[in-house]
Amino acid sequence: MALMLVKFDLKKRVKLAQTVWFMYWFAVMAGVLVLSMGLFFKIELRKRSELMDNNESHFLPNLLILMGIITCGINAFGGKVCYDSLDPTKFVKWKPMLKNFLVFCVCFNALLLVTAVLCFLMRIPLQFTLAEGLRNGMRFYKDTDTPGRCYMKRTLDLMQMEFRCCGNDNFRDWFEIQWVSNRYLDFSAKEVKDRIGSNVDGQYLMDGVPFSCCNPSSPRPCIQYQMTNNSAHYSYDHYTEDLNVWKRGCRDALLSYYGGMMNTIGALVVLVTMLEVAVTVGMQYVHSSLSTLANPEDPESESEGWILEKTVKETFTDIMAKMKAMGKGSKVEEGGEAAGATVS
Amino acid sequence: MVLLKMKFTQQRRVRLAQGLWLLSWLAVMCGAFIFCLGVYLKTELLRRAEVMDNAEIHVVPNILMMVGLASIGTNWVASRVCQDSMDASRFPRWKVLLLVWFGAAALLCCLLVAVVVLSYALQGRLEESLKVGLRNGIRFYKDTDVPGRCFQKETIDRLQMEFRCCGNNNFKDWFEVQWVSNRYLDFTSKDVKDRIRSNVDGRYLLDSVPFSCCNPASPRPCLQHHLTDNSAHYNYEYQAEELNLYSRGCRQALIDYYMDLMNSTGPGVLSVILIQISVLVSLRYLQTAVDGAMALENPEGNSEGYLLEKGLKETLEEVKANVLDMLKFGQVDPAAEESPEAAGGEKAADSPTEKAASPPSTS
Repeated sequence: MALMLVKFDLKKRVKLAQTVWFMYWFAVMAGVLVLSMGLFFKIELRKRSELMDNNESHFLPNLLILMGIITCGINAFGGKVCYDSLDPTKFVKWKPMLKNFLVFCVCFNALLLVTAVLCFLMRIPLQFTLAEGLRNGMRFYKDTDTPGRCYMKRTLDLMQMEFRCCGNDNFRDWFEIQWVSNRYLDFSAKEVKDRIGSNVDGQYLMDGVPFSCCNPSSPRPCIQYQMTNNSAHYSYDHYTEDLNVWKRGCRDALLSYYGGMMNTIGALVVLVTMLEVAVTVGMQYVHSSLSTLANPEDPESESEGWILEKTVKETFTDIMAKMKAMGKGSKVEEGGEAAGATVS
Repeated sequence: MVLLKMKFTQQRRVRLAQGLWLLSWLAVMCGAFIFCLGVYLKTELLRRAEVMDNAEIHVVPNILMMVGLASIGTNWVASRVCQDSMDASRFPRWKVLLLVWFGAAALLCCLLVAVVVLSYALQGRLEESLKVGLRNGIRFYKDTDVPGRCFQKETIDRLQMEFRCCGNNNFKDWFEVQWVSNRYLDFTSKDVKDRIRSNVDGRYLLDSVPFSCCNPASPRPCLQHHLTDNSAHYNYEYQAEELNLYSRGCRQALIDYYMDLMNSTGPGVLSVILIQISVLVSLRYLQTAVDGAMALENPEGNSEGYLLEKGLKETLEEVKANVLDMLKFGQVDPAAEESPEAAGGEKAADSPTEKAASPPSTS
């Protein structure tokens, strides 16, 4: 009993072939879309690779690019086969490889689904990479004279302004590191000596943040320095002050940015997978309807089309039997040779 | 003497009609492009409307939008005319409309040229408008509690960060204005009282700038306060410090931005003008060629196409005469009631093309 059997006459076959051809061209564009999303994601990761310690994993965007290219390829091929299926003379050359092509398509669709799932899951390693990278980035904020790190200050400042965030978890992260370079510290001043003496590592720690943490929506000019000292500023209470600096941490901000991007890409890849499944089913119908012509010489005869020749269970047992036979076949050959050697 | 005569065989006429049909659809796309350009320019101007004093510069995007829409309509009509031009029964109904069409297309081309000219001519007005708008923005920076001005601080801060500029002409503009609100000044402290007394208007003036003037590319953490005091900061020299703040003024930054925008649209607008003119010329040729062919005994024979039936001078004089006749026709009517015979003789002598009902005078 075939799975989802449908009867076809010539007109229906032609219509099916045309529809599937049209869908294949849609699928080619979907492949281009997947490719461009992979490229976009790769570029976005590259743009901020400094903040991720330059060891972010490019596995997912590379996979998306590869899947996009393969999708375009097989869909273009499928479209060509569909186009030729209307002409019996041209279709003859494609017939033998169609079965393998369909099996390959099924495996590819499974891979595409795995890619979509990965898009949702890769958020977690990204979280750790971002946390590590941002922490190091803040440490190197002051090293504007060290080659290789001299742009970290600008990168962090621009990122904090663009994403409206401050520090790793919140603005207090800036209190725990020295973000003013020693070049600009007067070591003969009492205040500097006090601060350096006040901690074990001899770092110049302040309760101040860089200017890029300032929130333009604040009604008062930005208070960057002596933030925990209420008496240093008129009418200021650092417990209730809300709008002065950005409250959000940059790890959260970046993670939600990339997370949103990956969720969108994952959703689109799921849609592309569904389209691919649809075209594979359509191609299977085209293939089966053209191989079961009642009268092979007459192109106008009736035929049947199906998704699977037997039921799911039977097909499964068939495949298992075939695999066992392949496994036994190699064993039988060895036994046969040994028996032949003993006989002769 | 006919202006720019060309011979047309039937095949050439068909080719012209097909080519013109494609060209007019291209011109429709160009009209849509001009409209979108106008919308984009208007949006960009509206985004910064808070730092502009007047809206004179808006005439440029307004004209672009109107011309874009009108161009879509006119070129669509041209494509319909092309489609009908090969059908002798349907073409004559376009006769009167085509005259109007030529006028409209010429007007559109003139408007587009005017837009290009205006975008250069209005630069001075834009600069004035920005000067006043930015000055007000800086003055009202501190008024975050005054309704109507409470967003000036945020606007100016975001503007300075986005365009990488500081102040109106440069950062010293901030030294001349009190940009810290009185709500945050401790009037009992000596420093505040000194500063307020140091100037006539009683304003709290500082040699400091807001944080949005800070340049992220500076190697050192931003120095905002006590900018002119070298001893206030370690290893700091006011005259030599370059990267600390943005050195450009916001007026210059905004002018550069808008002029770049309008200059980059210049070539696009010019090419649209060229396309529109070519549609106009081709349609005139098609009209005259098809008219000539329809007047022949054999409609599929050769005909002539031209731009103007008579020379340029003669056509202008004829147009002038027609216009005067129309004016006179309006004037003569009340006089005709008083003395129809005298007027009839005059009318008959003046304009033979008039369809005056009064009989020709025999006197």
